[in-house]
Amino acid sequence: MVDLAVCVGGLALANPVMPASGTFAEGLEQVVRLERLGAFVTKTITSELRAGNPTPRVAETAGGMLNSIGIPSKGVPAFLEHTLPFWRRWKVPLVVSISAPTAQGFAELAAALDLPGVAAIEANISCPNIEADGHAFAMDPAATLDVVRRLRDATRLPLWAKLTPNTGAIAAIARAAEEGGADAVVVANTVLGMAVDTETFRPRLGNVMGGLSGPAIKPIVLRMVHQCHKAVSIPVIGCGGIATPEDAVEYMLAGASAVQVGTATFLQPTAMTDIIDGLDAWCRRRGIACIADLTGAMRGDDDVLLAGAAS
Amino acid sequence: MPALAAAAEPAAAADLLAPVIANDWVNDEYKHLVLEAGAPACLAGAGQFFHLLCPATGADQPFFRRPMSTYRADPEAGRVEFLYKVTGRGTRGLATLRPGDRLRMLGPLGVGFSLDAAWRNIVVLGRGVGLATLAPLAAMAARQGVGVTAILSARSLAHVMSVSAFNEMGARTIVVTDTDGSSAPCRVETLLRGLIAAGRADAFFTCGSNRLLELMQRLGAEHGIPGQVALEQQMACGLGMCFCCVRPFREGGREVHKRVCWDGPVFPIEEAMGW
Ligand SMILES: Cc1cc2nc3c(=O)[nH]c(=O)nc-3n(C[C@H](O)[C@H](O)[C@H](O)COP(=O)(O)OP(=O)(O)OC[C@H]3O[C@@H](n4cnc5c(N)ncnc54)[C@H](O)[C@@H]3O)c2cc1C
Ligand SMILES: Cc1cc2nc3c(=O)[nH]c(=O)nc-3n(C[C@H](O)[C@H](O)[C@H](O)COP(=O)(O)O)c2cc1C
Ligand code: FES
Repeated sequence: MVDLAVCVGGLALANPVMPASGTFAEGLEQVVRLERLGAFVTKTITSELRAGNPTPRVAETAGGMLNSIGIPSKGVPAFLEHTLPFWRRWKVPLVVSISAPTAQGFAELAAALDLPGVAAIEANISCPNIEADGHAFAMDPAATLDVVRRLRDATRLPLWAKLTPNTGAIAAIARAAEEGGADAVVVANTVLGMAVDTETFRPRLGNVMGGLSGPAIKPIVLRMVHQCHKAVSIPVIGCGGIATPEDAVEYMLAGASAVQVGTATFLQPTAMTDIIDGLDAWCRRRGIACIADLTGAMRGDDDVLLAGAAS
Repeated sequence: MPALAAAAEPAAAADLLAPVIANDWVNDEYKHLVLEAGAPACLAGAGQFFHLLCPATGADQPFFRRPMSTYRADPEAGRVEFLYKVTGRGTRGLATLRPGDRLRMLGPLGVGFSLDAAWRNIVVLGRGVGLATLAPLAAMAARQGVGVTAILSARSLAHVMSVSAFNEMGARTIVVTDTDGSSAPCRVETLLRGLIAAGRADAFFTCGSNRLLELMQRLGAEHGIPGQVALEQQMACGLGMCFCCVRPFREGGREVHKRVCWDGPVFPIEEAMGW
């Protein structure tokens, strides 16, 4: 019997596999037994009513996809009326992803969500689409510290900070989130990118730029998870291009305590439960009794090797 | 518009590996794919679609699945059929499937067509790929004893598909083409006005052409005739999760975004906005 349970940022999860924000909703219930997931993570919500970006909102690329969905949001009342009651029907912990244009806005929204049925807040301080030029709080350690501190003061719920890979200072930003009081960091959101249609000379996304996700970004984000794991003592949740049980194991070895699966669910709706089954089988085959032991278990990861790899 | 009769309880979706029975060309652009598929796939309603994991072939590496309307779903034979135009890397991959190969498909998905009990005669107007989507509607109408006039529009006679399929279902079929000019919107308008005058148009259904949609919307508004339209939009998840497939709709004087995969692909005709 393999013990798949993990403890992540103030939450005990039955297994380390959960959806990535924005890639998960009620519709998956048609094909997946949702009670099997480690946690539920909602699409990012905002207080403001938002329409989202113009179409086309997605484009395929080699081994991945670009999206410029934006954050269409019907606001908090709609969330309380429809979304929350729907997810409350399960025992699985519900993580609510939030975003706001200001640190104050983040804090107010987090405070408003301290409700029965909400197990944790994931602060999407990284969404590249939300502010002009793809700028986000998590591109800057000082802005990260400020917004996480205010969030910490506003809520008693476990607080996860979702970071952006669009920075050269991921470790410093993870440290800022930890210092601000985050219980975990989610690494990471999408990598800012674009694509041009060579027939029409037009950008392939209505919003010109968008976020790259899927297998194409896995090595980049895996490296960042490892850097964050070394930099902080709070848990790191890995997210980027995970599609198979081996991908999840790889992330855990690099330092993740749990993983989020996004794009893979679009191609294979049962991806998350397939990964859970595969993790169980993998642990049996390797004689690993407790999956939590995998976190950071990569061998030979001393700083000398790291410095060597960078040169 | 009269209240719609409740559509049959939609079948739950499933992801399955379906064996290919046939995949043959019907003309120089379209292929007809027949798959062995049990429930719930073969219970797909008219207007519902499947999300197909098209095989990668050489240079063609489709990343997303591709949405495809049910052309025919046969619960007795345990079969699902598609009629598709070979256009890009996904459909080129589909075109390589041979009998015995297997295709991963998710469905049936989305909200399909529904028929009001008060409608005795309906008009179905489609063009190109839209005809594939409308064919099972004619079959559903036939089962319910509703008279169907099907106006099938295409570039040329060689490109009109499904004439025999519509005929077999007892539809009165009118073919219009670009080659002889009969497909021009003003000529189709004359046809529709004739059908309205003859009492053969209790409801309008369309798919596949913006101009034909606008025509049916205008005549429908003028004569108080309700209708439905099946729409397309690029999809990633097909399950209402990613919000990439939105289109604008008119609802109560406001413009709202709806997801084609989840709120549709079939919508009340008056809500749709042209493209
Ligand atoms: C609900 C629905 C039902 C459909 N039913 C049929 C059908 O019965 N027969 C048929 O021939 N076609 C149908 N289509 C269109 C079909 O999905 C596209 O032709 C197909 O996705 C093209 O893929 P490709 O890789 O060959 O082309 P590419 O141009 O290489 O595709 C690139 C991307 O654009 C998307 N795309 C391209 N054209 C369309 C389109 N018209 N609609 C939506 N996405 C598109 C693709 O899915 C892919 O993500 C339907 C579309 C929808 C949304
Ligand atoms: C269509 C789409 C919508 C997304 N929406 C959100 C969102 O609302 N909030 C957020 O924090 N991340 C969002 N993301 C990012 C994912 O949560 C995830 O961080 C990213 O896709 C990388 O993981 P993946 O490679 O497994 O998809 C979105 C991603 C996609 C593809
Ligand atoms: S395709 Fe994802 S919401 Fe419609």
